[in-house]
Amino acid sequence: MYSRAYKTIVSLPPLVWIGMFLLLPYALMFAHSFWLVRNGMIVHHWGLRNYATLFQNPLYAEVLFRTMRIAAGVTLLSLLLGYPLAYYMSFHAGARKDLLYQLVIVPLWVSYLVRGYAWKTILGSDGVLNGFLQYIHITKEPVSFFLYSPFAVILMLTHIYTPFVFLPLYASLEHIPRNLVEASHDLGAGWRATFLRVILPLSLPGLLAGATFAFVLTLGDFLAPLLVGGPSSIMIANIVQSLFGTAYDWPLGASISVCILLLTISLLFLTEQLEKKWAYQ
Amino acid sequence: MTPDDSRPEHDPAASISKETLLEIRQVSKCFGSREVLKGISLEIAAGEFLTLLGESGSGKTTLLRLIAGFEQPSSGEIRMAGERLDTLPPYKRRVNTVFQNYALFPHLSVRENVSYGLQVSGVAKTEISGRASDALRMVKMEEYAASRTTKLSGGQQQRVALARALVNRPKLLLLDEPLSALDANLRKQMQVELKTLQRELGITFLFVTHDQEEAMALSDRIALLKDGALEQVGSPREIYAHPATSYAAQFIGQTNLVRTDVRGGIARCGSLQWGTTSSDGNVLFSLRPEAIHRVADGRVPTDAVRFHGLIRQQIFSGSSEQLELEVSGALLKARVPAQGPLAGAHEFWFSPSDAVAVLE
Repeated sequence: MYSRAYKTIVSLPPLVWIGMFLLLPYALMFAHSFWLVRNGMIVHHWGLRNYATLFQNPLYAEVLFRTMRIAAGVTLLSLLLGYPLAYYMSFHAGARKDLLYQLVIVPLWVSYLVRGYAWKTILGSDGVLNGFLQYIHITKEPVSFFLYSPFAVILMLTHIYTPFVFLPLYASLEHIPRNLVEASHDLGAGWRATFLRVILPLSLPGLLAGATFAFVLTLGDFLAPLLVGGPSSIMIANIVQSLFGTAYDWPLGASISVCILLLTISLLFLTEQLEKKWAYQ
Repeated sequence: MTPDDSRPEHDPAASISKETLLEIRQVSKCFGSREVLKGISLEIAAGEFLTLLGESGSGKTTLLRLIAGFEQPSSGEIRMAGERLDTLPPYKRRVNTVFQNYALFPHLSVRENVSYGLQVSGVAKTEISGRASDALRMVKMEEYAASRTTKLSGGQQQRVALARALVNRPKLLLLDEPLSALDANLRKQMQVELKTLQRELGITFLFVTHDQEEAMALSDRIALLKDGALEQVGSPREIYAHPATSYAAQFIGQTNLVRTDVRGGIARCGSLQWGTTSSDGNVLFSLRPEAIHRVADGRVPTDAVRFHGLIRQQIFSGSSEQLELEVSGALLKARVPAQGPLAGAHEFWFSPSDAVAVLE
């Protein structure tokens, strides 16, 4: 048995950490969302004015839906890229497994910003993509719509978040006992039927975890729209950023943050319930 | 040879029972530079219960996996009912497997597990339901049809695994140490049930185990594997009575290995000697403990080999006693009827026909 003093001492760091970096900031954010700005000063008058503004001005809902559309696109694309990769690596890569795994991980070591700027140079008017298209005579002049569009944001974020989707997926595929695959073949199922009836259902928890990563991380992203998105792909986090920055309306920004936080928490709660339901072992 | 061999050729029952179902021809398997199976040739008759017996690493599971199709032979071929089997993918073979750890699908119910094989082969829904119910009834698991397999005990999972394989009516059922995870009592009970099922269904069983008692209890024939090669193939009684090698003699049942010098039809070992048909030289004999009797216990045949043995140890085991005898410096194990404590020197005998010459 551990002594009471020992238990107190070891539980102190996590308590301090959670209190200082989680509870306190959230409490401040929550409090701000009910305050107001008057004459360029934050006044501590409690009220629901900020939330009313959010629901009355259609701009916010529009941006939020756009953000969710982009997040859904990133999720879908990174699943489409990540699942086949994870499946191949887990079941058919053999000795190349470790090398491929490292290759998937390596981009995570490169700064987000560097990768963002890389896409800027690829998609820009004098970028690599346009240069290539002109070189093989598909286009005569630089195409401008690659850059500064929701498409560019989805492309960049898919590139950045695919490893996050891949990792939990790969882990869940690796956890499927191989004799289940053999049992399926033994009972007369080919690779297709085995995938649909055994591998896919058993990888659902990993798939869900990966999808949640991509969706939630995209939901809070504000750099991609700044780097490659342009005005047409402003996302909800950009609005928060400007409210906390140049617009100096912390209370309104905080109220948006609270909404996004609630949205994210309910999403995480939902996916966790589903993951529990789908975790069989 | 089995008594069936004496039946006349036109007897239909005999010709059916002797029809070869599976033919393994010179099959070898290498993993890298390691040769796990070394030119195995074996025929399995339709309706037979054949056991691959061997220690871990003997290659028995690898041979099973070659037949199931999870591994490819490095050389040689496997035929079923005359047709090449080893070139087919596992899902096209009319072979089903009961896996060592059952390998039940955790996301499916008991009934869904049993129906799996029928569903993927496109059997009509109405038929699937009936056949799955029959299979579950056969293994006495119908009341668990809706349960998750992860909630079942080892013995119950075992039954579901059996039903899941048998429902497909395979020509050949492969069983990979299916009882090794069960406790002793349950294992005995499942052995009886397996044997009964096999007789009733008439399906050929190829059973893998490292447990020689289990192999003896269940099998029509045993194929004993050692280091990737067949040591001996025969019925349990045949192998027990006439072990071909010292390994077979020791692995199947207990035995005394007696090294002798044979000259002119007489085998000599210390003070013991008896007549043999073996040719001259150094010959190893296997003598089962129960072939050694106490002279005081009854009539002694005239050709018996008599000797005096000093009782070193006596182990009581219910109906019999195991004795350790010191005979001219060597130790012999003997099994005699239980008769209370024994000590000192006694006279013993064995019949020369019970001393079986074996290869090293």
